[in-house]
Amino acid sequence: MSDAPRRPPFPEECGGSPSRRRFLAGAAAAVGAAILTACKGGSIEEFLQRQFHQLSPAEVEVLIARLEREHMEKFGSSVRVGNEPPIPGIEFGYALDLSRCIGCRRCVYACVRENNQSRDPQIHWIRVLEMEKERGVNIHHADPYYDHDLVPAEGHFYMPVQCHQCKNPPCVKVCPVRATWQEPDGITVVDYNWCIGCRYCMAACPYGARHFNWGEPTLPAGELNPETHLLGNRPRPKGVVEKCTFCIQRVRKGLYPACVEACPTGTRKFGNLLDPESEVRYVLEHKRVYIFKEDLNTQPRFFYYYGA
Amino acid sequence: METLSDLRRFALDSVRLILTGNRLYYAWVGFLLLLLALGAAAYTAQLREGLIVTNMRDPVSWGFYIGNFTFLVGIAAAAIMLVIPAYIYHWKPIKEITILGEMLAISALIMCLGFVLVDLGRPDRFWHIIPFVGLLNFPQSLLAWDTLVLNAYLLLNWSVVTYLLYCAYTEKAYARRIVEPLVLLSIPMAVSIHTVTAFLYNGLAARPFWNSSILAPKFLASAFCSGPAILLILLQILRRTTPLEIKDEALHKIAELMAYTMGFNLFLTGAEVFKEFYSGTEHLIFTRYLYFGLEGHRTLVPFAWASILCGLAAFTLFLIPRTRKNWITLNLGCVLIYASVYIEKGMGLIIPGLTPDTLGELYFYRPSWTEIFVASGVFAIGFLAFTLMLKVAIPIILGEFTQKKGMART
Repeated sequence: MSDAPRRPPFPEECGGSPSRRRFLAGAAAAVGAAILTACKGGSIEEFLQRQFHQLSPAEVEVLIARLEREHMEKFGSSVRVGNEPPIPGIEFGYALDLSRCIGCRRCVYACVRENNQSRDPQIHWIRVLEMEKERGVNIHHADPYYDHDLVPAEGHFYMPVQCHQCKNPPCVKVCPVRATWQEPDGITVVDYNWCIGCRYCMAACPYGARHFNWGEPTLPAGELNPETHLLGNRPRPKGVVEKCTFCIQRVRKGLYPACVEACPTGTRKFGNLLDPESEVRYVLEHKRVYIFKEDLNTQPRFFYYYGA
Repeated sequence: METLSDLRRFALDSVRLILTGNRLYYAWVGFLLLLLALGAAAYTAQLREGLIVTNMRDPVSWGFYIGNFTFLVGIAAAAIMLVIPAYIYHWKPIKEITILGEMLAISALIMCLGFVLVDLGRPDRFWHIIPFVGLLNFPQSLLAWDTLVLNAYLLLNWSVVTYLLYCAYTEKAYARRIVEPLVLLSIPMAVSIHTVTAFLYNGLAARPFWNSSILAPKFLASAFCSGPAILLILLQILRRTTPLEIKDEALHKIAELMAYTMGFNLFLTGAEVFKEFYSGTEHLIFTRYLYFGLEGHRTLVPFAWASILCGLAAFTLFLIPRTRKNWITLNLGCVLIYASVYIEKGMGLIIPGLTPDTLGELYFYRPSWTEIFVASGVFAIGFLAFTLMLKVAIPIILGEFTQKKGMART
């Protein structure tokens, strides 16, 4: 799965010639038109948009141009939708020090700002669980809605949870339409133009990492991050699923994810799992590592450890 | 070419038949159309605002729609309860009513597809899941499997029903070598639609409440109690209101088969309850939410116990030959088992599977009014389809509505 080519052709799955497919899709357009009128903002290009892997490089350019135009209309300022490819020889990995996290949630809000999550309804890709030291890691005694004047609270520790970018991702397996997949650098992405919003992936994910746009996402134009990626933090439409991408728009340019940069305690470590000299590899080799829900064999690229 | 014009006449005559009826018929169809209109209005709001008008949220991301879908797949599968004795043992009295079971399956499948469609965040992208048009994740995704088997089962039942009715309409004998293999094929197909739907949940390791091998057998057992329950009542209504002849022994045979499946279903429930409570692991929390509530939230508790009690009472009524053969207690048993399975396979399956969520969050879901209205609209479509099919099929079965006689009597 992880070493799949970037744009694998799907001849046997698609079936038929492209022209026949287009004809059939055109026939479906008649039915879809009625629904489109009800879902405001739909266009025929959007309706007929094909899945990412089925697009030629030129078609990807057309898609990006359309999205940039739409974002311009919606927010009144320009948004760059990038399409930086994975870098060969890099597989991203994450390590989080459970003994250091103080539960300040700076990562949560840095993520929201960086990744253009909806502000109302609020979507958070990172969820910080407050747990009791006496009970250890136990989700049935965890509180994600803790609200103290000062953290850390006496007798508690904190466990931030976000997408584990699994090597064996249940969410990708269950998607009925291949709207989500694992990139060669280990990041699981969503094609927001192809997701049908069935939410099967949300039922399958053991880490609560997938979030649905239940309503029209709202994002004040002034808070928009204009540096985006096609498969990452570009503004999302209503009715599709979204998730953490390790800040694909940053990490493919050699930057750290926003949550790593925002953390005031050095809890979060990030790097290339294939590079023996990387910080994340150092942690894996020298610290006591804990894999969340290891029994489910999801094989996360996100590791918890006890640094102290 | 003759066939083509025959078909055209068949279609035209059927439409005329549908448009005429007595006052009760108009009232019933009018009521269904009203429900449909309410559902359509609610669904329009849902399309405009998004699924935020439901009470589903990230922790409980499936609810009333998917619960109804799951239950109705069972109803569709249960049509084979009638096919097995009729075609395998050549047991005549049931054979005549098999076609009604198949029409019930068609209506249930229409509702299933309707419930999946209204649950989609992007219904405008429904074509992505159509084989050869969209991009189906087959064979990895069980939802892709489900799309295929449900549509195939719908097509199969629709073909058999249409062919049989068309033959009766043109007063030609139907070709047994076409019909019998298709009907026999529908038996494994019915098992497969329900198995695949069970696997849809069963395969999710993240949800311990569903991740149990007993799920698929239990789906089949409960379907074979609830599906025939509807048919038993329906057949009694039909033989009162139409000249259709349905023998007592056919109804008693169905009831007897139901007693076995009910007993088996209760046994499987007991096996599940034993495993959960005796091992008493952390995963017991989902079952506890269903039967006892969590943190004072007892939304499902009265329903869960009602389901158990109704199931036990119905089993008792069907087990004792005297109450099974008494029409009043038989019908009471049918209503009880239907209610029991509706709770167990609908909300009683979906909601505890998702509560608490994978990070332990407790979000106590109950359907919003939008969900209830949209769901009643989907039910109205199914009942309407069934009513209209019966309206055409019954005179044909009775030999009153044929090509020669046309609409003479109806």
